Amino acid sequence: MTDFLQLIVSGTATGACYALAALGFTLLWQASGTINFALGEMVMLPAFIMLFFIGPAGLPLPLAFAATLVVSLIILGAGFKRLVVDPMIRHGVIPLVIATLGLSIALKQTVRIVYSAQVYTFPSIFSETLLSLGGAKLSVSDVGTVVIAGGLVLALQAFLNGTLTGRAMQAVAQNRDAAVVLGINAERMVLYAFLVNAGLAATTALLVTPVYLAKFDMGDTLGLKAFYAAIIGGFNNSRGALLGGILVGVLENLVGAYISPGYKEGVALLLFLGVILFKPEGLLGKAEERKV
Amino acid sequence: MMRFLLIAAAVIAIYFLPAGLKNYGIYIVTLWSVYVIAGMGLNLTVGYAGQISLGQAAFWGIGAYTTAIALKAGLPFLAALPLAALLCFGVGLLLGFPALRVQHHYLAFATLGFNILVYLVLRNEDWLTGGSFGINNIAEPTLLGWRISRPLDFFQFTWIATVAMGVLMALLLRSPWGRAFAALRDNPIRAESVGIDTTFYTLLAFAIGAAYAGVAGAFFACLVGFIEPAPFGVNTSLSMLLMVIAGGSGRFFGPAIGAMIVVLIPEWLRFAAEWYLAIFGVMIVVMMVWLPGGILSLPERLRGAK
Amino acid sequence: MTALLDVQAMQKAYGAIRAVDGVSFSVASGEILGVIGPNGSGKTTLFNAILGQVLPSAGSVAFEGHDVTGSKPLHLARRGIGRTFQSLQVFGKLSVRDNLIAAGQEFGTGKFARLFAAPEAGLGPRAEEIIALFRIGHVAHLPAGSLSYGQQKLVDIAMAFMSRPRLVLLDEPCAGVNPALIDQLTELLRRLNREAGTTFIVIEHNMDFVMNLCSRVICMAQGRILAEGPPAEVQANRAVLEAYLGA
Repeated sequence: MTDFLQLIVSGTATGACYALAALGFTLLWQASGTINFALGEMVMLPAFIMLFFIGPAGLPLPLAFAATLVVSLIILGAGFKRLVVDPMIRHGVIPLVIATLGLSIALKQTVRIVYSAQVYTFPSIFSETLLSLGGAKLSVSDVGTVVIAGGLVLALQAFLNGTLTGRAMQAVAQNRDAAVVLGINAERMVLYAFLVNAGLAATTALLVTPVYLAKFDMGDTLGLKAFYAAIIGGFNNSRGALLGGILVGVLENLVGAYISPGYKEGVALLLFLGVILFKPEGLLGKAEERKV
Repeated sequence: MMRFLLIAAAVIAIYFLPAGLKNYGIYIVTLWSVYVIAGMGLNLTVGYAGQISLGQAAFWGIGAYTTAIALKAGLPFLAALPLAALLCFGVGLLLGFPALRVQHHYLAFATLGFNILVYLVLRNEDWLTGGSFGINNIAEPTLLGWRISRPLDFFQFTWIATVAMGVLMALLLRSPWGRAFAALRDNPIRAESVGIDTTFYTLLAFAIGAAYAGVAGAFFACLVGFIEPAPFGVNTSLSMLLMVIAGGSGRFFGPAIGAMIVVLIPEWLRFAAEWYLAIFGVMIVVMMVWLPGGILSLPERLRGAK
Repeated sequence: MTALLDVQAMQKAYGAIRAVDGVSFSVASGEILGVIGPNGSGKTTLFNAILGQVLPSAGSVAFEGHDVTGSKPLHLARRGIGRTFQSLQVFGKLSVRDNLIAAGQEFGTGKFARLFAAPEAGLGPRAEEIIALFRIGHVAHLPAGSLSYGQQKLVDIAMAFMSRPRLVLLDEPCAGVNPALIDQLTELLRRLNREAGTTFIVIEHNMDFVMNLCSRVICMAQGRILAEGPPAEVQANRAVLEAYLGA
């Protein structure tokens, strides 16, 4: 029973990280039609940048994170948009998908060459103590991750729904032409979506790397899980991403523990297939209009 | 007519070409031929029906393992081959149906996850697939009592199959189905409005593409004689996709050119050693920015630039 | 006799905005109905709701007595409703001739029979007929995407007729088309109406075209029908004039 509870909590923590990445993915798709297959690498890269700031540069973790955030926003946010997405988006979705796949390979392999294929430990922002909760032992880092990631998702939703800028971003996502007519600077709103995506990815790196450990291919499964979480929860709903992420994280843990550790990685796919078969708009999503 | 003669000459030349090569050279050319079959199938899905599939290597693997297991069980190659193709076709339908019914780009995610799942099955189900040790000593194919054991014979056998699969593909593309594929790629909304059932056609294009991968897998199993899960991972699917795009997606001979690049570039980039994959990734991005139509679009591009 | 198309209390709302707000009308077989109204009055949304491109919020559509409310575009096409789009919608990489055949090949035989059918699916003669009718023989072998705007528009319209539909909805067929071509188009549509008995619903801003062609006109404003009747009558209607002037 105690095991079970721990599996649930640590699954929720992993899932909350999936949700953070998923949210960035959803935002990009809605704002600009970009399907970003380099999403996982956009989490992996900040992890290594942070390692650089902590190691050779000797910064404490909070400062290293702040510095990484800035670098991420510039390179993975604005730079990605200007250099990769903007020149390609007019050719349609397929070339862009291929290009982000290429980008994913390039980033991964460059890191592999610079840092080798070795696994690096990564400092956690949480202490390693355990909480006792009615006999069950929970790790502070799991609980802390859930609180921070969950809080960020909800804060982002509040931003999107409650502020003028957030609403403008949503308007652009829904109907760019109409938004432009209303005087919204669509180009800037799309840029914001890219920046938010980069910021979320850097934060995911901070939360997930102490557990996953830093390795050049750590983004592989993370990116894929994030896509699935987004679709399972419902694409047009940020709480959906949270639900989808947690569902995937928890079920993976349970399957890994009780059914077969070999198939842990298959859980997300089966859940995804089940959802699109029976509730295509996602668990919390609204059915979208057929468009002309 | 001129075009037809040129193609026929190329087909015959390639048939005899490897006679002068050493065994490793023949292996490379045979591997190319196998890739061309899988690439033609993927080109149907990606280039003609406009869908992204990131799981072609999974079907390739299913075809290879089906063949290996069937040959072990004593079935002749000519029975194992259609079995591999049919199994891939069926699995393609089962996987494509939920994904394509909803949103067409869901196919990319479904196939990517499917590839990971297939890889896990190959690695974990020892009783069926031999786990990470794989299956070795796969029998050489026999045709009507004739055992194909010399590498050159096996290449020629593979090449004949490749050409036959190419002819079948050409017939399919010329049929009304081929026109429906092209129509739904160019403009799915318009296609629906003139009665073209886009879901049906994309699903069938995907499943036929998967069957081609199954056929390629059958030849691959016999070519290498020993299979293990490694070559059937997501990275191979990406190479195959790249192969189609680099050659020129939606162009009949695109996969043949693209397969040449994918088989040969590792040889060329050998000097770059560990930088090979990184350069490869950058090349993809650069190519998508400058030449999204692939190598076969280069002549048009140059003419257009004038 | 039942109407060919019968639309009842059609509504389409986007949030609080009602793009189409309770529109009812019917079209008899053989009629040419014009739909006019200022930009943003809900004409295209009405088309999209009838044609299954968007789901109506309320109301019903019946075609030849069958309820087809919310049917998908595919099924409406199969039932015999053709359409053209406001923006250009051709299959850019296919030749004009292949565009026409693609637009006609899905009717009649089953899908699997078509896999083994001759490349042109027996539609060569029909395609030639339409090509001659629309006078696009000189470009029939070119990729449709390479033609001029006006020519693409003609191909777009021609495609709607390949399957011999009983009803065709045209969304601004004259937009961006030169005057000589507009006359040709008027003549063509009239001929198809007379000879093949095809019924039309046409959204159009070009008043001369509407006056020339249509037997009846509906004017929409703010999602509702403002006036309905013979062309001359609607044109002279004060409310219509005011709607256009934004008064």
